[in-house]
Amino acid sequence: MTTTGGSDESPSVALRTEALEQLLTERGLIDPNVMDAIITRYETSVGPLNGAEVVARAWTDPDYRRRLLADGTAAIKELGFSGPQGEHIVVVENTPTLHNVVVCTLCSCYPWPVLGLPPSWYKDPAYRARVVREPRTVLAEMGLTLDDDVQIVVRDSTSEVRWLVLPERPSGTEHLTEAELVPLITRDAMVGVARVAAP
Amino acid sequence: MSTPLDIEGPAAPPRSNGELVFAEPWESRAFGLAVTLHEAGSFTWPEFRTALIARITAWTASGGPGGPYPYYRLWLGALEDVLAGLGVVSTDEVITRARALAQRAPGHDHRDHAH
Repeated sequence: MTTTGGSDESPSVALRTEALEQLLTERGLIDPNVMDAIITRYETSVGPLNGAEVVARAWTDPDYRRRLLADGTAAIKELGFSGPQGEHIVVVENTPTLHNVVVCTLCSCYPWPVLGLPPSWYKDPAYRARVVREPRTVLAEMGLTLDDDVQIVVRDSTSEVRWLVLPERPSGTEHLTEAELVPLITRDAMVGVARVAAP
Repeated sequence: MSTPLDIEGPAAPPRSNGELVFAEPWESRAFGLAVTLHEAGSFTWPEFRTALIARITAWTASGGPGGPYPYYRLWLGALEDVLAGLGVVSTDEVITRARALAQRAPGHDHRDHAH
């Protein structure tokens, strides 16, 4: 492994990236059209809406909920969502007494097929370090105050496991359909740093 | 391929929580390079992850916290590390090519480099 010192005198990262892309293309290792399609996909179509559809289905279909908690990846694939970083998704359920919150302490692992790419705060060293040490405080700072009797479980991503939180369905939404529930379900609720609010 | 979704409202997932996926164009290219190479079988994701963790750890150890977190810079560094380790593209080759690109006449620069 080369760890280049003196990166300050190196060309800008934009030029470096372009140089790398050129070299890899010339060597036949990447097809720029394939790469463009991948980037467009993550910029426009893969994101938390996918996860929201999974959660809304689980809230309205008990059999699906059981399958989702038993084998997240397979149940998520039933709705058509799969791909990189989705090979081993484990779904954990929040309840009135137990609250799961997700982190990747070492880098930025995240369930791309259902949430898209992670937000900045998820990748930030402060969140990664602090949510493990003082989850209750960090969640409160992010606007989620949990009672002292609610147990918090911090789910750290590993080289294989990607976590997805199944949030609690808010009371007062019993009359809503699956399609009406989807827009209520936020990315933050599926990472475990927020609750889903009734409309 | 996939149907383009609404870019407003709930059908705009990557931006729906008030955040763009990539801050600058080169970040999307650096992201795309790693994912494309991985999907083509050039390396496994755990190999890339290990390199990314090494870059992040080194940045943190060097007293990085305090400045803005240069996530995609570390991502690009990890990608260069993996490719150099595999003997695919060396760091010197990248730097040489990048310097050559920097010499282009402005009118020949078909990509927008804001810096």
